[in-house]
Amino acid sequence: MIYREAGDFSTTYEADSQTFPIKFDRYRYYLVLAIAFGVIPFLVNDYWANAVLVPFLIYAIAAIGLNILTGYCGQVSLGTGGFMAVGAYAAYKLMTAFPDVSIIIHVLLAGGITAGVGVLFGLPSLRIKGFYLAVATLAAQFFLVWLFNRVPWFYNHSASGQISAPERTVIGIPVTGPNTEAWAQYLICLVFVFACAWLARNLTRGKLGRTWMAIRDMDIAAEIIGVNPLAAKLSAFAVSSFFIGIAGALFFAVYLGAVEVGEVFGIQKSFLVLFMIIIGGLGSIFGSFAGAAFLVLLPVLLKNILVGSLGWSTDLAAHFEFVIVGAMIIAFLIMEPHGLAQLWRVAKEKLRLWPFPH
Amino acid sequence: MRLRLASLALAGIMAAAPAMAELVVTSLSYRTGAYAANGIPVADGFADYLTLLNERDGGIGGVPIKMIECETGYNTEKGVECYEATKGEGALVYSPLSTGITYQLIPKASADGIPVHSMGYGRTSAANGKVFEWIFNYPATYWDGASIAIKHILDLNGGDIKGKKIALVYHNSAYGKEPIRTLEELAKKHGYELSLLPVDHPGQEQKSQWLQIRREKPDYVLMWGWGVMNQVAIQEAANIRFPMENFIGVWWSGSENDTLPAGAGADGYKALALANPGSDYPIYADLKKYVYDAGKAAGAGDQIGYVLYNRGMYQALLTTEAIRKAQEIHGTKDITPAMMRDGMEALNITQDRMGELGLPDFGPAFEVSCENHGGSGVAKIQQWDANAKTWNLITDWIAADRSVVDPLIEEDSMAYAKENNIQLRCN
Repeated sequence: MIYREAGDFSTTYEADSQTFPIKFDRYRYYLVLAIAFGVIPFLVNDYWANAVLVPFLIYAIAAIGLNILTGYCGQVSLGTGGFMAVGAYAAYKLMTAFPDVSIIIHVLLAGGITAGVGVLFGLPSLRIKGFYLAVATLAAQFFLVWLFNRVPWFYNHSASGQISAPERTVIGIPVTGPNTEAWAQYLICLVFVFACAWLARNLTRGKLGRTWMAIRDMDIAAEIIGVNPLAAKLSAFAVSSFFIGIAGALFFAVYLGAVEVGEVFGIQKSFLVLFMIIIGGLGSIFGSFAGAAFLVLLPVLLKNILVGSLGWSTDLAAHFEFVIVGAMIIAFLIMEPHGLAQLWRVAKEKLRLWPFPH
Repeated sequence: MRLRLASLALAGIMAAAPAMAELVVTSLSYRTGAYAANGIPVADGFADYLTLLNERDGGIGGVPIKMIECETGYNTEKGVECYEATKGEGALVYSPLSTGITYQLIPKASADGIPVHSMGYGRTSAANGKVFEWIFNYPATYWDGASIAIKHILDLNGGDIKGKKIALVYHNSAYGKEPIRTLEELAKKHGYELSLLPVDHPGQEQKSQWLQIRREKPDYVLMWGWGVMNQVAIQEAANIRFPMENFIGVWWSGSENDTLPAGAGADGYKALALANPGSDYPIYADLKKYVYDAGKAAGAGDQIGYVLYNRGMYQALLTTEAIRKAQEIHGTKDITPAMMRDGMEALNITQDRMGELGLPDFGPAFEVSCENHGGSGVAKIQQWDANAKTWNLITDWIAADRSVVDPLIEEDSMAYAKENNIQLRCN
């Protein structure tokens, strides 16, 4: 009833192959964009931006990146934290070396540098698969963190080994540094998320995405039908790392402002982003958003309920957070192994038939 | 009818008016995770002291203190969340008990105009008040600590440590890296050989570092550790039979929770002391009467009298004394964060005052000024007695080598000022 296709005619091939072919879906998408760009910036305050929205948006970019590699191309990676660190340190070096260049260009360049590093660490994927590849990317994670801790050049020889983002502006409005307004912080992330998601969605619908999926589904068969595994795998690593690098750069410059590599980009970050795409749904852009929302928002929500409303002691609440989030992850994966995205697909299917399922 | 309406309106206004004035103090604590063993006693001591003031004196100057506790897990992201969540409640001052979170908050809090008190941790060069208007780290800094530890070693060796080998085992983070600059500078001055042994978060795995120590046989080992890393390091040192009296921790690596797990092996381990250990102070009688016996103790109540419990209490004491000072300066009971900053800058802790507060001879006397946010920079050395399970002080207050530390602070803070275009104050 709600998702009706009746009366929704496509008269051109373009209309038929667009991202949201159903009218209702398309309008919902426009509505979400309108609220995200037109309403939230006026309402957002420091708490909502810093604790909820900005981390959610940045993790969504990272999840999209990892989803391209793992969800679409089938290459398991545990190096996300390390690649985010590359993005962050690249952004830092660029920001301090070329203070006059726009931060947007720096973030994109940081993504590009990360893409290069990603390709380098993607080379073993041509020889090894599955768990073994996961271990190889794990090596990348540890190596990169060690490198940024070890070589003082990367943190400009600061005594503490920390990197901190100087103030940078976009059309005169500061987007990094302590004087950033909540809405500016939110909007810059939103613009990047929108661009990344749009790019990712269209890449995965096109030829490149199809070669990735062919490799994922069966690499030998893909090779026989003419897919070049070298190009497919390395392009997946490059594109994925590009997004992850952008996420890392924003994470450092816009969200935290000061970063210590071992703590912020450690192995936990790799697992966190991997969990996001598993819970959200492998091979789905929407799933990346859903997974990021689930793992970023739920702990904050639980904390506010348990400590703020129920008045529990902070340690009890912190422990119960783990219990509740863990139990929910298990429950979700048992009920819907394909993640929140599949849940959404099923719901859509049901809504189309509702209220006459037969 | 009109009267009833008027009284209704009045009642409405009364209900809408803000509740009684309160002094909001935040406790960004960590009672979970790899650093909980050290986070819990500090959080308990901090909370119990504030409870005591509320119960015994009705707050400060008659205004009750409201403490908001927020769990950070020693994690910067959660620390940011806690900061943003409590900022709106009118928090007067932040003491995040984490160097990483302090680095995070220095620019944010300075922009928001809320003071940060990183007591004996955080960014050392914040001691230069000319650059860091909103940041305080009295009564002593890491660089003071490094210098004091070396001074103690000098004292043991009759003033000559040329050619001695000193190793630094440190938490591989901003916290652990802080003393390196000073130790290198001191190495030039005194001619010892410094070797650096980083330990990665969380610090449970230190086999290779201690293997290296066994091989290289340094004369002294210094430690900048925190959380589970402390316990593991002391245990490992005992395992390789390193002479414990040559193993010196900073003031964050010297509490009962760090030494007790190693049992008899920890005997003789030394650490710096920001303030005296033990519970032999008049304030404990009041705490017992108003807090413990009233069932209002924070946490499980099993940390009372520990070094870090005292540290938390000391933190609360310095915070509340600054509030008192701010009330005095501005002549108002209900202060703002900006007034709090003035109070902190005018803080003057004397031994008489410490005595009045029930902690005679507990910490050093010091004075904060516009230029100096770092306090007096003195510490004692304490040594662990595994049989009696107590820390014993073995020296009096040792002052840091100001001729080394001050130029370093000047250099680092000026670099920060230049990077961030900060106008120098106090002229």
